[in-house]
Amino acid sequence: MKAESLIRVAVVAGFIVVVELLCRSSIIPSSVLIPPSAMVTHGIDLLRGGKFDHDIVTSLVNIVAASIVSVLLGFVLGLGIHALPSVRRSIEPLLSSYYAIPTFIFYPVFIVILGIGSLPIIAIAVMLSVVTMITATLNGLDRIPRALHKSAQVMRLSRWRSAIYIKLPATLPYLFTGVKLSVAYAFIGVIASEFILSGSGIGYAIGYAYNNFQNDDMYSLMLFVLVLVTLVNVVLNRIDQRFQARRRR
Amino acid sequence: MKRFVDSLLVALVIVVCWQCLHWAVGNNSLSSPWSTVQTLVQMLGTAAFWGNVGETARALAYALVIALFGGVALGVVLGVNRLSGVVAEPILLNLYSLPKVTLYPLVLLVFGLGLSAKVAFGVMHGLIPILMFTMNAIREMRPVYLRASKTMRLSFARTIVHVVLPAIFPEVVSGLRLGFSLTLLGVLIGEMFASQRGLGYLLTSAMNLGDIRTIMAVALFLTVFALSCNGLLMMADRRLKHR
Amino acid sequence: MKTRNSHPTLQVVESSAQHAPASSEAHVEVAGVTRYFAKNDSKELLHALGPIDLTLTRGEFFSVVGPSGCGKSTLLDALAGLSKPSSGTVTFEGQRVKDVPDGVGVVFQEDASFPWLNLRDNISFGLRMAGVDGAEIRRRVDYAMGFMGLKDFASAYPSQLSGGMRQRVCIARTLVLQPRLILLDEPFGALDQQTRLLMGDELLRLWRETSATVVLITHALDEAAMLSDRVGVMSARPGLFIDFVETGWEHSRDSRVVSTPRFGEINARLWEKLRVESLKVMGAH
Repeated sequence: MKAESLIRVAVVAGFIVVVELLCRSSIIPSSVLIPPSAMVTHGIDLLRGGKFDHDIVTSLVNIVAASIVSVLLGFVLGLGIHALPSVRRSIEPLLSSYYAIPTFIFYPVFIVILGIGSLPIIAIAVMLSVVTMITATLNGLDRIPRALHKSAQVMRLSRWRSAIYIKLPATLPYLFTGVKLSVAYAFIGVIASEFILSGSGIGYAIGYAYNNFQNDDMYSLMLFVLVLVTLVNVVLNRIDQRFQARRRR
Repeated sequence: MKRFVDSLLVALVIVVCWQCLHWAVGNNSLSSPWSTVQTLVQMLGTAAFWGNVGETARALAYALVIALFGGVALGVVLGVNRLSGVVAEPILLNLYSLPKVTLYPLVLLVFGLGLSAKVAFGVMHGLIPILMFTMNAIREMRPVYLRASKTMRLSFARTIVHVVLPAIFPEVVSGLRLGFSLTLLGVLIGEMFASQRGLGYLLTSAMNLGDIRTIMAVALFLTVFALSCNGLLMMADRRLKHR
Repeated sequence: MKTRNSHPTLQVVESSAQHAPASSEAHVEVAGVTRYFAKNDSKELLHALGPIDLTLTRGEFFSVVGPSGCGKSTLLDALAGLSKPSSGTVTFEGQRVKDVPDGVGVVFQEDASFPWLNLRDNISFGLRMAGVDGAEIRRRVDYAMGFMGLKDFASAYPSQLSGGMRQRVCIARTLVLQPRLILLDEPFGALDQQTRLLMGDELLRLWRETSATVVLITHALDEAAMLSDRVGVMSARPGLFIDFVETGWEHSRDSRVVSTPRFGEINARLWEKLRVESLKVMGAH
């Protein structure tokens, strides 16, 4: 599939070049957008200078914490719901409608209960991502072929051992899809929250730079987030592909 | 019928948990279900509230129309031309998982504060899922439909309007279901930090005042609204699936 | 009925039965048609079909049999104007075929009924698109539904019907357009044997009713032998006609010809040639 990757790279590169030219020639004024090259050079300066180190670390910590909590919580809840079919039937409509609700509107609620800081941010991010993990867990447990269940029975494994040695590896590809989505939602939840109301973090830094007309800081941070998200996506997708390949065999 | 009873049960459980939480953290941190409903009913009686609702609804409507037509049109183009679809897909997926808040300052600088910025936020959130569902639907469409329309000597335009669009309609509705929620979210977040009007603004100003009752009343209103629209679309989705 | 091809193994079966009342003018002429496909990303070309020379007279019922992958469907695409041949020409009613010409109907192997329309709307689809007026549409659709036994299902949707009925809908949809050439690409392939035999009878009725020229692609020898005036046997890829077998059936025939001795002879003739070609295909896998 090489031709397509080349075309893709060419399209993205072409886009960046066009934006660069438009900025340099002031067709797009610098009060609106700074040239991509300036974003990169300024960004490198910022990283070297360590101006936003604290914010970056804060955000990353929040994202990692939210991801871990939602993955574990989602997995456990998914296991539980799967084991109780009657509960599952009742909850199913809620799960499929969950993402219809703009859960973000509960962020103010968390702030009032938990105060300003990392906790409400992690809470809302978990609220956003936990359901996708539950759904992925349910999906994965559903798809364990009956033959594997029966093999476990024939081998007379205890429930624990059958769960760990047979069910878990079988569901791993689906679970990982859930992890991928949870991490994406955690990113979105954390940074959006920081943007709206927070004292620190990348989202907050971008908002602050915006309010103080510091376009160069702002755009360099935006670029940083874009690059970070892309990198994380690439890594997670690579791992996901390995899982999918295993499944297809 | 069974489904309805189950949902009612779940709603009841949620209300009970809510009440317990209220008793745990106190009235200043979380209003009780009953007082939230009371506050909401009160607000529904005020013109100011409906003014805000109208503001949000307007932005939502514009954003949905643009996201729907834009998403379907682009989805058809990228789906029909295989190569462009394959090239674009990873780029679109990446944009989809990007926290779009990071692009908000750019949108504000381009559109300024106000309605167009809110509509832009909404479109930013809802366009890509509709596009991707449409694109996939075109790819999965049975090629025999196109061959049949060729043998009936249909022009390209008529093939798109009378064969392709009806064939992909169920998938577009599924995409619209997701796109609707996301567009609503985009508009609300836009209002939450960059507007002086609308339900999102109502939320942030209440948040700044620590007015938990207003926050929860508005949240309840939005939740009910979102669930109802989603329910309607799900019903439409189900009816179309039996094809 | 003359044909020109590169393998002159034409044999005429003597029979005392009536010949089909077809005129002797050429309705469809295929001259030197070949089709090459590009192999995936490489510059290599795959020789899929031809060269094919074939002449069909008006009102003839012609079947094509051959091993899988030999290019039968490719030939049909060229006849219908759905694709351009790499070389050679197809002429329909004296005109070169470039796109799908007026007067050609195609029934595909897969069910092509539109699931979002009920039966009546499905059948009338082509007419509505062509701008035919309402009264005429109603007349033709009612007639077609009656002819194909679909009258009771006018408001039903394809998903509510069996595979055989859905194919009948597709045939009805073609019928209302009053085609003069009907091309069928293994239309009964997905159906069970009994349904196939009955559908074969329906196809013969349709043929007589419309006086159209019919080209049927099928992998079932007995179907070809039973239904056609003439059967063309195609070789393994690249597909070439290696035999033409005249059946000499009466114009008024139906599926009961399968119990005649001559049916067995025709079948044997077809299989004799086809077996060799099919073995070639099997060996290649």
